[in-house]
Amino acid sequence: MTTPILALRGIRKAYPSVLALDGVDLAVQPGEIHAVLGENGAGKSTLMKIIYGAVRPDAGTMEWRGRVVRVHSPGEARELGIAMVFQHFALFESITVVENIALALAGPFDLKALASRIAEVSQRYGLPLNPWRHVHELSVGERQRVEIVRCLLQSPKLLIMDEPTSVLTPQAVEQLFGTLRTLAGEGTAIVYVSHKLDEIRRLCHRATIFRAGRRVGEVDPAKETEESLAAMMIGREFPRMQRRSHTPGEVALELVSLSVPADGPFGTPLREVNLRVHAGEIVGIAGVSGNGQAELLEAITGERLVADSGAVRLAGQPAGRLGTTRRRELGLVHVPEERLGRGTVPPMSLSENALLTAYRHGMVRHGLVMREPAAAFTNACIEGFDVRCGGLGAKAQSLSGGNLQKFIVGREMRQKPRLMVVAQPTWGVDVAATALIRQQIVDLAAQGVAVLIVSEDLGEILETCDRVAVIAGGRVSPVKNVFETSAEEIGRWMAGMFPGGPAMAAKDAERVPA
Amino acid sequence: MLESVTPLAASAVALAMPLILAALGELVVERAGVLNLGLEGMMLLGALAAFATVAHGGGLVPAILAAAAAGILASLAFGFITLTLQANQVAAGLSLTILGAGVSAFVGRQYVGFRAPASFEDLPIPLLSKVPLLGPSLFSLNALGYATLALLAGTAWFLYRTRAGLALRSIGESPVVARSLGLHVSRVRYGAVAFGGAMAGIAGCYYAVAQFKMWQEGLTSGNGWIALALVVFATWRPLRVAFGALLFGGVSALGLYLQAIGVQVSTFALASLPYLATVAVLVAISADQQMIRRHAPASLGKPFHDDS
Amino acid sequence: MIRLRLVPRAQPSRAMLFVAPLLAIALTLLVGLLVFAWLGQNPLRAFRVFFVDPVSDMSGVSELFLKASPLCLIALGLAIGFRASIWNIGAEGQMYMGGIFATGLAIAFHDRGGAWLLPAMILAGAIGGMLWASITAALRAHFHANEILVSLMLTYVADYVVKYLVFGPWQDPQANNFPITVQFSDNALFPLLAQWGWEAFEGTRLNASVLITLAAIPLAWIFMERSFLGFQLLVSGLAPAAARYAGFAEKRMVWLALLVSGGAAGLAGVSEVAGPIGQLNDRWQPLYGFTAIIVAALGRLNAIGIALASLLMALLYLGGEAVQITLQLPKALSQVFQGLLLMFLLGCDVLVNYRIGRVPAAAL
Repeated sequence: MTTPILALRGIRKAYPSVLALDGVDLAVQPGEIHAVLGENGAGKSTLMKIIYGAVRPDAGTMEWRGRVVRVHSPGEARELGIAMVFQHFALFESITVVENIALALAGPFDLKALASRIAEVSQRYGLPLNPWRHVHELSVGERQRVEIVRCLLQSPKLLIMDEPTSVLTPQAVEQLFGTLRTLAGEGTAIVYVSHKLDEIRRLCHRATIFRAGRRVGEVDPAKETEESLAAMMIGREFPRMQRRSHTPGEVALELVSLSVPADGPFGTPLREVNLRVHAGEIVGIAGVSGNGQAELLEAITGERLVADSGAVRLAGQPAGRLGTTRRRELGLVHVPEERLGRGTVPPMSLSENALLTAYRHGMVRHGLVMREPAAAFTNACIEGFDVRCGGLGAKAQSLSGGNLQKFIVGREMRQKPRLMVVAQPTWGVDVAATALIRQQIVDLAAQGVAVLIVSEDLGEILETCDRVAVIAGGRVSPVKNVFETSAEEIGRWMAGMFPGGPAMAAKDAERVPA
Repeated sequence: MLESVTPLAASAVALAMPLILAALGELVVERAGVLNLGLEGMMLLGALAAFATVAHGGGLVPAILAAAAAGILASLAFGFITLTLQANQVAAGLSLTILGAGVSAFVGRQYVGFRAPASFEDLPIPLLSKVPLLGPSLFSLNALGYATLALLAGTAWFLYRTRAGLALRSIGESPVVARSLGLHVSRVRYGAVAFGGAMAGIAGCYYAVAQFKMWQEGLTSGNGWIALALVVFATWRPLRVAFGALLFGGVSALGLYLQAIGVQVSTFALASLPYLATVAVLVAISADQQMIRRHAPASLGKPFHDDS
Repeated sequence: MIRLRLVPRAQPSRAMLFVAPLLAIALTLLVGLLVFAWLGQNPLRAFRVFFVDPVSDMSGVSELFLKASPLCLIALGLAIGFRASIWNIGAEGQMYMGGIFATGLAIAFHDRGGAWLLPAMILAGAIGGMLWASITAALRAHFHANEILVSLMLTYVADYVVKYLVFGPWQDPQANNFPITVQFSDNALFPLLAQWGWEAFEGTRLNASVLITLAAIPLAWIFMERSFLGFQLLVSGLAPAAARYAGFAEKRMVWLALLVSGGAAGLAGVSEVAGPIGQLNDRWQPLYGFTAIIVAALGRLNAIGIALASLLMALLYLGGEAVQITLQLPKALSQVFQGLLLMFLLGCDVLVNYRIGRVPAAAL
């Protein structure tokens, strides 16, 4: 066996409330695509940040091409030849592509010369880019290209890709895999961080599996099944969901050619959106984030009012000009994407956070807060949804992502809704909590509640929903029964190629994968 | 017509200079994502340092240096409690204002009513100063006024033409991203805060040794706050700061002018004019939230713990 | 070499919430001793003159209450806004307006007032403060204008309004051109507590206006800690997005915070002009509106904490006056101490959320 290009031994990192990494090893060979597999919270991202010098470990050593090194900053990592593509892109919105790239490179500050190098590299690897555009104008796929080109300009020996496909359409994923295989063929080592088992089996030469901050094994993923990988990743059987038959009732939510201006300078305006959600069914809206989801959710929940009152109808009533509170009175509840800071107030206790939306259920009398009903409600959420926490006095910010999401979903469901709107129900949530949340949503619909899920996770939509539509460029596709469509069709639609979709108008050719 | 406009323009420019200095410093601080509301306090400390220097026989250059040093020292205290100790920037800025006003009043007590033995005088540039209208206003400034124009150009160049300026603006947008790219967030922010302190100190020096030329308590009379408003008005862009400051100088000069030609207006109404103008301008610019959000540094005023 | 770093705590330290203000007070006192020594004073004597002598008798104690009362009242109002991250720093101007409105009534009914006059002035003062604050509220709520800058600018304007009035239309004709109004008639003044049979306060200036403050403390406590509106304000301060999500209208919060703090400041203004001053004049610039910001912060935006902090800050005022008289030191010294105290407090607060640890020597 050759000397690994990168070898980590006994890496340990503790945060105030969790032990993120507990004596972890990892070895990567030159020219290999090495998967780092683990579920949310397994410590993968922390480990990558340690390799890249963005986080310092409490203990352990790192060997680079056989020599022990200490990496104190991303700058030092780059000097060694380590580059990283971040899951949440490390790009500045307000400046141009070339300026973003210049910030990460040493050498003279000559933007024109750099722009021509960018053009060169992007052509060679099939990653088309205009260096002079501002990042906020770019689609998600283009932003990832900026990140990759930025890495390639450093001629890295090791490229870290942290969950690179979570924001891409299926077609864009294929394109990315092509680029990665070319790079590996040229001798670049690639660390590929993911929890998507099918991708790892298709792409990677080897896989190191992490669970709860520990390394649990190293395998050849091509020789494994998805079930065996999953078993190693979560340590037990993959939970299966109980599906149920779908009997739609009356229309609970109706959008009638809803148009909304963009939310802020970097938002996407909604154009002529039509949608119906019936009682008892789950409708999913797939799509890459930043395509108008925020505007759609705000228009439905009432955080933003719509001039045409009839464009949003709740339980048959025109509701476009009703505020959040009035819409909640009509039976709408909402689980927002941002759990800390929107769905909950981080430094407040769970019982105070229960008050946030459930206050009208007997928790306020004569303008004063009634503590007992709030406590009883909170305890019911904690018990009913298996929220692991330090009791109803625990602060929202002390809960893990999964437990906090269970609390929020529980709080909203216990308000006897007629319509529940959920954004990214299980983003960043561990497998067990994911299963519980999805099951609860399905059971809620079975009781006759209408559910609308807006999610970037196509797998989640296909698994949970009865009917599915796609949002792209501020337009919503026709709605299809989930059994009458496929991941491929939805993927094409996510790129805007649906009847009436933005790609059909073909204004922005960049958004369409070749 | 020109005879009355020319002195008006000249005094507008003179009144604008210290505002430009202070606002330019704060602009750099805010572009790095830090909100230092303590301008008024730092200006008063700078004014005190400059006045004390000339009062004790120091020259004008030592006065500028002393003012800058006082501003830097005060701003670093602010930097330490907000950047290192993570304190709320609004409250810390207020504490700096109160402390600066207190110290300058306390130490400056001995100078009240003193005339400055040395001061900045107008230095007309030959020929250019004879150009109608512009000449007497832009080309017969005092040395600090010329320095202000140079600093204005230098700051704009730094922000838009250098890697360090780009890094500073990026840190103001997202310290988290900057940190993951390996930019030194704290170091840059400390640098920006110190620059803001130096500029505020020099602005104070302008009031003490170039404008009033004598010591009085609270001689900056709220101009630090007006400079803060100017940064918003300029939507965080240097040349617009200069434009805004000239506008303010114009409003104040107009008040003085009207009084001089005997228009019957209450002196108190005229004295209120700059403050009311500030409010009006803030309202006008803030009403367009899209504009503000497009230009405001996204991380402005938010604490960031730069540790791994 | 040992390098220190800040390590985030898993939970904010409750103990440090109480320790930090005490630590800040101790640091301020320490710097105070050094300053006195540097000024060539015997630090211990100066210390006694500043902090002990002013409250060594009943008249001193009542002066303390007389100063603490408006500070406390304004700070209670401000704290309600600060909890919602609405930074009204123009309470000084709102206080002037309260004083002006009350004075208007006192002058208009100078010799034909009755028992109703003082209550009417109290009401007018509160309305004056609210009206002045409502300019800021309207501009912030409807035009997004920064409330810090607007409220502060309006303080300068309010100051000129006072000057305009006392130099102009409201000037006492018998005052030999001094910029003062007439002395208020008895109907327009808060009665002294001594007149109400509180013998302990015999011979002091302590008046009934402190009762307003005493009543405000529990009311403010209930509002902040128990009411749903108080909860909504806190949410919009801690997490604005969560407030929008829950449907707590931002504009309402802005109006509420500014009207409450403006009204409290206006009341404080009445308690001054209808209290120890007994008139409006151009030298009335107690800076209570600014000092109250420190009181609110030092009191942790909590009603009881604010009551205690206002006593401490009132002591700083009295100490400043005492060293001016006894040691011929400028009165501004108390402002220096105020600034230091707030700065130290903000610095010490780091210990609530962080602990100090060593950088591990063996870090990779």
